[in-house]
Amino acid sequence: MEVIRRLKIRNSLGLHARAAAKIVELADRHESQLLLEKDGRQVDGSNILSVLTLACPKGTEMEVRTIGKDAEALMAEIDALFEGKFGEN
Amino acid sequence: MNKDAVAGERSLKGIAVYPGIVIGKAHLVDRSKVKILYQYLVNTEHLNDEVERFEEALRVVEKEMLSLKNGMAEKLNDLGFILDSHLMILKDSMLRDSTIRTIRDEKINAEWALKKSLDKIREVFEQIDDEYISNRISDVENVTERILRTLSGKSQQSLSEIDKRVIIVAHDLSPADTTELNIGRVMGFITDVGGRTSHTAILAQALEIPAVVGLESATHAVADGDLLIVDGSTGVVLVNPDDSAIIYYQEKKLQLEDYRSSIARQGHLPAVTPDGQHISITANIEFLEEVAAVRDYGGVSIGLYRTEFLYLRSKAFPEEEDLFEDYREVAELMVPEPVNIRTLDIGGDKFVSKLEISKEMNPALGLRAIRFCLKQPGIFKTQLRAILRASAFGHVRLIFPMISGLQELLDAKKILAEVQEELDRDRIPYDDKMEVGIMIEIPSAVVMADVLAKHVDFFSIGTNDLIQYSLAIDRVNEYVAHMYQPYDPAIIRMIVQVVEAAGKEGIRVNICGEMAGDPLCIPILLGLGLDGLSMNPRSIPLIKKIVRAMPISQAHDDLEKIKALHTAEAVQQYLWERTGGMFPELREKGYL
Repeated sequence: MEVIRRLKIRNSLGLHARAAAKIVELADRHESQLLLEKDGRQVDGSNILSVLTLACPKGTEMEVRTIGKDAEALMAEIDALFEGKFGEN
Repeated sequence: MNKDAVAGERSLKGIAVYPGIVIGKAHLVDRSKVKILYQYLVNTEHLNDEVERFEEALRVVEKEMLSLKNGMAEKLNDLGFILDSHLMILKDSMLRDSTIRTIRDEKINAEWALKKSLDKIREVFEQIDDEYISNRISDVENVTERILRTLSGKSQQSLSEIDKRVIIVAHDLSPADTTELNIGRVMGFITDVGGRTSHTAILAQALEIPAVVGLESATHAVADGDLLIVDGSTGVVLVNPDDSAIIYYQEKKLQLEDYRSSIARQGHLPAVTPDGQHISITANIEFLEEVAAVRDYGGVSIGLYRTEFLYLRSKAFPEEEDLFEDYREVAELMVPEPVNIRTLDIGGDKFVSKLEISKEMNPALGLRAIRFCLKQPGIFKTQLRAILRASAFGHVRLIFPMISGLQELLDAKKILAEVQEELDRDRIPYDDKMEVGIMIEIPSAVVMADVLAKHVDFFSIGTNDLIQYSLAIDRVNEYVAHMYQPYDPAIIRMIVQVVEAAGKEGIRVNICGEMAGDPLCIPILLGLGLDGLSMNPRSIPLIKKIVRAMPISQAHDDLEKIKALHTAEAVQQYLWERTGGMFPELREKGYL
């Protein structure tokens, strides 16, 4: 199964180290593969350095793709993480 | 003869940052880079072995990091996230998979392949505009260095594995290094770099371990296992001293300890100035168990009871009953003297495991203290109920931390009133005349002090945060920490302003930051006519000794002269001459 969604970075700090670590944690907890794409560059969401090097400030939109058995569950959690501004206030 | 200057075969001189003498073996912390061996591997069998060797090194490093994380000293828990991110980097495909691929494709050894991966990652990071993110390369380098050390068979220089009591000798100690420290094993520190406010100095002061920094060449002059004498009062370090120097310093060490205990023995004498003014010297404490120490050191009451400990101790939020028992016991132990209980002064980031709140980039300016409590009224009310209930058993006062303006204060008082109503309804006794005060530690509260004074019974000036917020200095950032200055004229003016505003409304002001326990600051604080000085219990005997020798009238004169000085250096120099002139032996022994 494959799910694709466009998500927007809403937290003011952008995709900094701790936010990236949260994405990696989620990816690690699921079987499905997580891919993030920005400006034609696609990275594996389970690699902290790759996620960091996307260098996404606030307002960045990216295409998020989950592939595998629990693709929907993973996408739902990623969506919630983005929506909840990575837990920032 | 002044033996300090000549004793020993080799002597070094640096900046003394915590007084005391230690004599012990050196433990050299070698942070030099591992030399990398470059090798081509010819047959496939060797390649498989090489990949296996690399993977084994990763497993070893992972294990080390996990054990570091678990064994980390409690005082340093804040630094745990550094290790977490290092663990993630260790598993990253840019590091792991890419190195394995390079070993196979280019038929080279693991060290070389790893170095190539690091170079590639560095290239990518250098292109990132965001400086915060591009600086993360230092984490990758740190992890790589660990793997290289493991590959080379060179034992990891882990500070956590020190099994004897030693004196740490290092070029510098980073916050990451200090996460590994087994504090019980460290007798002293000496470092090549650093100043009075460097990370090592702050650490030494927090742990009360003699230390000398800024020695320039300590790591060259000292070999692992050398016998060292470190004099944290004068900044002298002797390497492999002769017997006469050892005897001399053992004697000096005893004298210093005698002097310290003679000050401590006078701790019970009242704090009355020569012209008869009684000064209230109280203690800052963090745990119930410290009450005994407060009495030992001669503190009369608790000027500040920090309440964070019970919240940090366990995964769940504490129950009202547990808080109440703790507060009641402190109140009862101190009866009839007051206990000033400060409500939760902690950042939301500390509760990551309990509430879904993220780590903040700038926690000092984030959701903490009263802001956090007003956002989580349930948690706040539980604590207020516990404090109010304890007030029935002693003389309790309440302090709200980090008030930045009137609205916050009114909101906090409204919640307090609600809790009081609930207690009335439930017929639970409490002291309905309990005094309520606020911490003055944010510049906006200083500006509005005249307004705030109309709504509280007292002010408590928290100088540590006030200095940090006013001078915009993060004192654990080694690049700016030297600018963290209690002697800054701006800080003195602010305190003057707060005291005047409080005087107009007839409310009390005390001071409870580190300034209160700084012997140099006493002329300023007495000159201001503060109602109380609250400090670390251990500082009480020395501060009392100074108070007993310093006439108020003279402190007033000092303050007037200090007000005319316009740089922190000038103020510090004045105070140094003033207090140092009165107590040459304090200056000599490194207390000032």
